[in-house]
Amino acid sequence: MTDLPATTPTRKLGLVIDLDTCVGCHACAVNCKEWNSGGFAAPLSDTDPYGAEPDGVWFNRVHSFEADTKGAGRTVHFPRSCLHCDNALCVTVCPTGASYKREEDGIVLVDEDKCIGCKLCSWACPYGAREYDVNEGVMKKCTLCIDRIYNENLDEAQRVPACVSTCPVSARHFGDLSDPHSAVSQLVADRGGQPLMPELGYAPVNRYLSPRSETSQAAALEPTADSVEGKFLQWVDRLLS
Amino acid sequence: MHPAYSVILFTVSSGAGYGMLFLMSILAGLGRLPIDPWFSWPAFVIALGLISVGLLSSLLHLGHPERFLRALTQWRSSWLSREGVLAIGTFGPAGLFALGWLFFEVDTQSPGLAIVLLSVVTAVLCVATVFSTSMIYASLKPIPQWCRGDVPYGYLTLSFASGALLLNALAALTGSTFDGISIVALIGLVLGYAVKTRYWRGIRAANPLSTAGSAIGLEKGTSVRSLDPPHTEPNYLQKEMGYRVARKHADKLRQFAYIVGFGVPVLVLLIGLGLSGPLLTALAVIAAVSAHVGIVVERWLFFAEATHAVTLYYGAESI
Repeated sequence: MTDLPATTPTRKLGLVIDLDTCVGCHACAVNCKEWNSGGFAAPLSDTDPYGAEPDGVWFNRVHSFEADTKGAGRTVHFPRSCLHCDNALCVTVCPTGASYKREEDGIVLVDEDKCIGCKLCSWACPYGAREYDVNEGVMKKCTLCIDRIYNENLDEAQRVPACVSTCPVSARHFGDLSDPHSAVSQLVADRGGQPLMPELGYAPVNRYLSPRSETSQAAALEPTADSVEGKFLQWVDRLLS
Repeated sequence: MHPAYSVILFTVSSGAGYGMLFLMSILAGLGRLPIDPWFSWPAFVIALGLISVGLLSSLLHLGHPERFLRALTQWRSSWLSREGVLAIGTFGPAGLFALGWLFFEVDTQSPGLAIVLLSVVTAVLCVATVFSTSMIYASLKPIPQWCRGDVPYGYLTLSFASGALLLNALAALTGSTFDGISIVALIGLVLGYAVKTRYWRGIRAANPLSTAGSAIGLEKGTSVRSLDPPHTEPNYLQKEMGYRVARKHADKLRQFAYIVGFGVPVLVLLIGLGLSGPLLTALAVIAAVSAHVGIVVERWLFFAEATHAVTLYYGAESI
C-alpha cells in the first residue's frame, strides 16, 4: 500500500550526520555501493563503468560546498542519502504499491517486483534519494541497510548501516530518532540537528549537525609574508611556503 | 525537468482526444452534434485514437510496461493511479456512447435518455481524467513551477481548445454543418491564453521556495556554492531533473507559443467567421495545425522551465 502508515511508526530509525567532522573522503558512499551491490536492492547497475561516461546507481553521494558562515568561508562536505521522511511523498505518489514506509521502524523501501519504473517517486523526492536503474527498469534507493541492522549473523557492532560502520571520523550516527533518550536524539538536542528543506513539509527523520562556529580560527589565518621584515627573511619565507 | 518526448506526446495527444470527446458528449447531449456519418465516424475514431496513442506512449516510457495493471491499485493516494483508472474507465461509457451514436438512429434534436446519460458520464470522466493528469504534476512539491493551483486550469483549457479546433477542422474537411464550433474553439483559445499568461507571469514573479543553504541544513540566508560534485559525469538525477537546454531559449519559445499557439489560430478563425467553402476549410486546418504546434512548444516549456529541488545540490542557488 502506498498510503503512509496510519499510526506514527513506533521507532524512527535514521541517521545523524555531522557536517563539522565530515572530511569528504567518500568512504561512506563507496562502502554503501559495495554492500548494497550484493544486498536487498542488488544489483546497483553501472553503465560504461570504465569508459568515458561512467554512470550508475548510488544510494549515497558526497557533495562538497563552499559556505559563507559568519563572514568566514569554509568547505562543507555533505553526504546525501535517503532521509526516510515521515511525510514521504515518494511513497504516496507511487501508483503500484511498490514504494512503502514500514510501520515498525519507519524505513522507506521499494518492492522491485511491483515497480513499473515510471520514475514519479524520484520526481517527488526533493533530496534526490532515488536513482533509476536503467538495466533493471526499476527505481532503487537507500534501505538503511535493513540487511545489516537486523542481521544476526553479523557481530552486534556491525549491525549498523554500511556508511556508518565505515566512516573514519565517526561523522555518521545511526539510531532511533523517536526515542528522546537515544544517543542520536541526544546529539540532535545538544548540537541543534537540522532537517533539510523543512519548508517543503516532508518531515525528514535524518538530521544534519551544522559546522561549528570558527570565528577565532578564521581570524588567525591572516597572510604572514607581509609582516616579515628584511630581504633575507622574505626569501626564507618564500622558500618555505 | 527533462522534457521526454513520450510524456509530451502523451499529454498533448490524450489532451486533444479527451477535449474532442468531451465536446462531442456535451454537444450530443444538447442536440448540437452533427449526425452525418461522414463526420461522426472519423470524429469518434480520431478522438479515441488520440487518447489511445497518448496512453500507449505513456506506457512506452515505463521500465516495466507489462506490469501496468499494478498502476491501477493505488488510487487512494496516487494521482497517477487515479489517472490510469479514470482513463481506462472512460473507454466504457465512451465506447457505448460511440456505438449508440454511430449504429442507432439518433434523433439529434432529442437524443433520448440513454445517449444523454452516456454523454454526461463520458464528459465528466473526460474532465476528471485530464484533471488527474494535471494533478500528477501539480502535486509535486519539489517543483515550484508545477506545484501551483493554475496548472490544472492550463491542462483543462488547452485540452478544451485543442478538441474544439480538431472538431472545427474535421467539420470543415467533411463539409458538415457544425454551427458554433469555431466560436467554441475561439473561447477555448482565449481561456487557454489567459491561463497560460497568468501561469508564465506567476512562475517568474514567484519567490524562491528553497535555497542551497536550506538544502544542506544551514541557515536559509547562508551563501553556498557547489565546489566539488560527487561524480565526474552527469548521473540519473541531473539527466532527469537538471535539464537546461530549453530554459536558455525560454523567452523566444514562449513568444513562439503565444504567436503560433494562440495568435495565428485566433486570427485565422476570426477571418473564417464570414467565409465558407474551400477557403474556410483551409483556414480551419491552419488554425488546428498552428495551435497544436504551439501546444507542443507550450508542453515542452512546461517541462523544461520546471526546476527541481535536487538541482540545489548540483549548483542551483535557489528554486
